[in-house]
Amino acid sequence: MSAVLDRPAPLGGPVLTKGTRALVVLAAIGVAAMIYRFAAGLGGSTALNDGYPWGLWIALDVVTGTALGCGGYAVALLVYVLNKGEFHPAVRPALLTSALGYSMAAVSIILDVGRPWLLHRVAIYVNHWNTSSALFEVALCVMTYVAVLWVEVSPSFLPAWKSGPPGLRKTLGDTFLPVIEKALPFVIALGLLLPTMHQSSLGTLMLLSGKKLHGLWSTPLLPLLFLISCLAMGYAVVVFESTLSSVAFRRPREGKMLAGLGRAVAPFLWAWAGIRLVDVAIRGKLAFFAKPDGYVLLFLVEMALVVAPAVMLASPAKRANAGNLFRAAMLMILAGALYRIDTFIVAFRPGAQYAYFPSVAEILATVGLVAIEILVYVFFVKRFPILTGAEPAHAAAASQVR
Amino acid sequence: MTLDRRSLLTGAAATAAAAVAVTAGGAEGAVKTAPPDAVGLLYDTTLCIGCKTCVVACREANDKKPDTSNSNGLWDAPLDLNGQTKNVIKLYKEPGSPVRSYFKAQCMHCVDPACVGACMIGALQKREKGIVTYKKEYCSGCRYCQVACPFEIPKFEWASRAPLMVKCELCNHRLAEGKLPGCVEVCPRKAVIYGTRDALLADAKKRIADHPDRYRGYKDGDAPRVFGETDGGGTQCLVLSHVPYENLGLPALEDTSQAVLPRSIQHGVYQGMIAPIALYAVLGAVVFRNKREQDKAGGAE
Repeated sequence: MSAVLDRPAPLGGPVLTKGTRALVVLAAIGVAAMIYRFAAGLGGSTALNDGYPWGLWIALDVVTGTALGCGGYAVALLVYVLNKGEFHPAVRPALLTSALGYSMAAVSIILDVGRPWLLHRVAIYVNHWNTSSALFEVALCVMTYVAVLWVEVSPSFLPAWKSGPPGLRKTLGDTFLPVIEKALPFVIALGLLLPTMHQSSLGTLMLLSGKKLHGLWSTPLLPLLFLISCLAMGYAVVVFESTLSSVAFRRPREGKMLAGLGRAVAPFLWAWAGIRLVDVAIRGKLAFFAKPDGYVLLFLVEMALVVAPAVMLASPAKRANAGNLFRAAMLMILAGALYRIDTFIVAFRPGAQYAYFPSVAEILATVGLVAIEILVYVFFVKRFPILTGAEPAHAAAASQVR
Repeated sequence: MTLDRRSLLTGAAATAAAAVAVTAGGAEGAVKTAPPDAVGLLYDTTLCIGCKTCVVACREANDKKPDTSNSNGLWDAPLDLNGQTKNVIKLYKEPGSPVRSYFKAQCMHCVDPACVGACMIGALQKREKGIVTYKKEYCSGCRYCQVACPFEIPKFEWASRAPLMVKCELCNHRLAEGKLPGCVEVCPRKAVIYGTRDALLADAKKRIADHPDRYRGYKDGDAPRVFGETDGGGTQCLVLSHVPYENLGLPALEDTSQAVLPRSIQHGVYQGMIAPIALYAVLGAVVFRNKREQDKAGGAE
């Protein structure tokens, strides 16, 4: 239980470095692309059309982005439901990544919808709520969950504000910190309930497109497959992010804990692959394999991307190998991303007269949002106690400031 | 610890049982039928001469500008439905044969529309007489209706900076004034007629009975039938054709609307919010207990 003794601490040091300066440039280009989207309209700035009304922003930024934002959900499940305290050091960075991922998804939704200034009506027009609509549920859940995530992250910065100089921040810290600390268990529970609801409903979304969605993807089990997949992606993201930040910030790697995550994720991978395969077989979809085409190939690639990391994490020795674990995490992220992009774009077939490939503005806006996400992450871990390190980071930071 | 796990398992089991129970209950009543006063159109390809007067009348009735983008700005020539075209006449040429057919593409006004199932706060809804109408004040332009529609009917005003969805609303504003839909009023051959769904369906079936050789089914060789009687759970706009419906670009749909399954799932899992509330209660209890235990073990946070 040595991890418990290590308190999270700010890394300190300048936020602007060579690496982050490059990100600032990408972020600025992305912001320009976003402004262009509103100036030129969706028709003028995107490759979206009446056949492919949803493209990169929905499939990647929102659907994949929020699944990548499931690190907080996945780790909270281990720590607070299964009572595995050894994963505690992963909670704060995972929640921060989740808060950022979901916030960026929210920005993408504002970019994507035609009249974002009416979006709040979805929440407030209570007597018009269409409870049949999976998108309605996703919208409400995501709006709430963004707030929940920032509340969950707030214990990492409110204490600093509270003990800081008088002003707005101190007032906020004084007012909210005691309330949040008391309410935290119930906020955490909400943070477990909401992703369970909307990550599964993201799968239900495409079920409504009927036969436009290829038979190898369309199944009543879409919500279950999306839910399992988002948990696998959540664990993978924590491994990915933790490994990268230990390299980037030259910190000791949480090897034992990450190996534990590798162990936790494997059942989800096997379950996903097994359920999908059995579902395809039971529902008579094996006929597709008699005439292999691009879709069959994609299906096989998706399966391989899930089974490969499951095999790579099969033994304790393999899980202890940092490089192997990192590669497995990358494969899991790729698998989840491909599954979502396939379900929302590639396996969605509106008709031969339609085609879609994202426009330059769509791609630049997405890249910009990711850059902003990383910048805010770097800012947070340097200024606030997010990461748990063996080194007393304050001392190093203080000496640099002086 | 034992207590935690037990309460978690009991809670999860109760939740699952509740979800299964409501799913089973919800699925029974999930299939929808047309309202008794449902109205629609009957379009008969054997009568249509492709004059496109209906396309012009539709523009006038709905205040939409001619689409001259395919004719160097000279005349109205939309290739398909679009953000300014709610009704279009298409031509089908059978390869290697003189057989031709026109096809009037427009909203089918489904009995159980996928677009309505998609729409978050009911911008698209079945309103008077089962007509699928659009109220822009509830539309944020999310375009889920386009993802959902099996007929690819709702179109988006892509060029606009405050875009709306555009689709046939059966000229409900004209119906309210006692007039016919624009397209029906001008059709010189009565190729498209307006009426209650029941009357139109009876009419269509009589035409098939009187002239069984004239009409076709979905695929080549299928027995003649009315498109829309059962397709996709039924539509209020019906089609009769002398070429297989498949060739007109009409989709092959199940007899159950594709809106039924997602609706059963949503209503089943979330009915009365019982399952989520039960799950939340269990999660809250477990998290509270575990967190207190961990905080104690780890010292004061």
